[in-house]
Amino acid sequence: MHYLKQFGIILAVSFIGEILNFLIDLPIPASIYGIILLFFALEFRMVKLEWVKDAGKFLIAIMPVMFIPAAVGLLNAWDVLRPALVAYVSIMVITTVVVMAASGCATQAVIRRKEKKGGKTNG
Amino acid sequence: MAEFFQNSVFFGSLVSLAFYGVGVLLKQKLKLAIFNPLLVAILLTMAFLLVFDIDYETYHAGAKYLSFLLTPATVALAIPLYEQFQKLKENAAAVAVGIITGVVTSMVSVLILCRLFGLGHVEYVTLLPKSITTAIGMGVSEELGGYVAITVAVIIVTGIIGNIIAQGVCRIFRITHPVAKGIGIGSASHAIGTTKAMELGEVEGAMSGLSIALSGILTVLLAGVFAKFM
Repeated sequence: MHYLKQFGIILAVSFIGEILNFLIDLPIPASIYGIILLFFALEFRMVKLEWVKDAGKFLIAIMPVMFIPAAVGLLNAWDVLRPALVAYVSIMVITTVVVMAASGCATQAVIRRKEKKGGKTNG
Repeated sequence: MAEFFQNSVFFGSLVSLAFYGVGVLLKQKLKLAIFNPLLVAILLTMAFLLVFDIDYETYHAGAKYLSFLLTPATVALAIPLYEQFQKLKENAAAVAVGIITGVVTSMVSVLILCRLFGLGHVEYVTLLPKSITTAIGMGVSEELGGYVAITVAVIIVTGIIGNIIAQGVCRIFRITHPVAKGIGIGSASHAIGTTKAMELGEVEGAMSGLSIALSGILTVLLAGVFAKFM
């Protein structure tokens, strides 16, 4: 029962996400509405952490496996990618490195600056 | 025989899980970043289908049940986010700057590279949402008139690349703070990258999960503007 209830709550939130996706004319999927809903439900104590924690952590742990079917589907994408394969592959590799580095460094720079300031006021 | 596989409910999922298991074993034994379990599983499954001449559709008839859990699993990313909310509040400004930087960098770099490679407007808008989660990216590409099938392929490959290079990029660019690592990985490689961030730590995973939602929404808002630049 324990897991069933937890999984049920997560499914219910996913379902509400689907309803919002249907009602709101934006390309935002059910899962994104779901994250926001579940987060606020937890924050405002409408859902207790114990009600979703074990099933949720299990789902997150097995998440990599869920991407395998779609990725294997790239077999069928070969024909559409081939005409500009070099360009696509270069763009995918370069932008991924650049975005990760820029975003991570920017975040870290702001954190470090704040820590320095904090250090000064304390000292 | 092919008909049997097509009707089998468990064949596709079993093959995927078995090869993921092989990937995990290889990584444990060889301890090399290139033996990323997800990448190994994808390549071995592809090879398996090609060698035994099994259609993707046949495989997918069973394997789709694995993807079925993707929405609930993404929803569950709210749990680590809730647990790490204190960390988020303490670093709210940094997180906001990091995500905005990530989204803008992604679109600017796509713009520059599309010009360098001489691609047209349709290819450009196809690639614009490459760093965000598949479901949002498909919608953006469709709205801007891109090739949705290519967008999906590019988003998935971007996620896999992000998953593989995450630790290396953090080391080379000296990104050591767990919040910064998570935001960087999530902004660049959405949910597939987030599975790696989860392995690195609770804070990394929570921040990467947050980036999926925020950078996705921000891209929806900005892509229309960027689409006019080329």
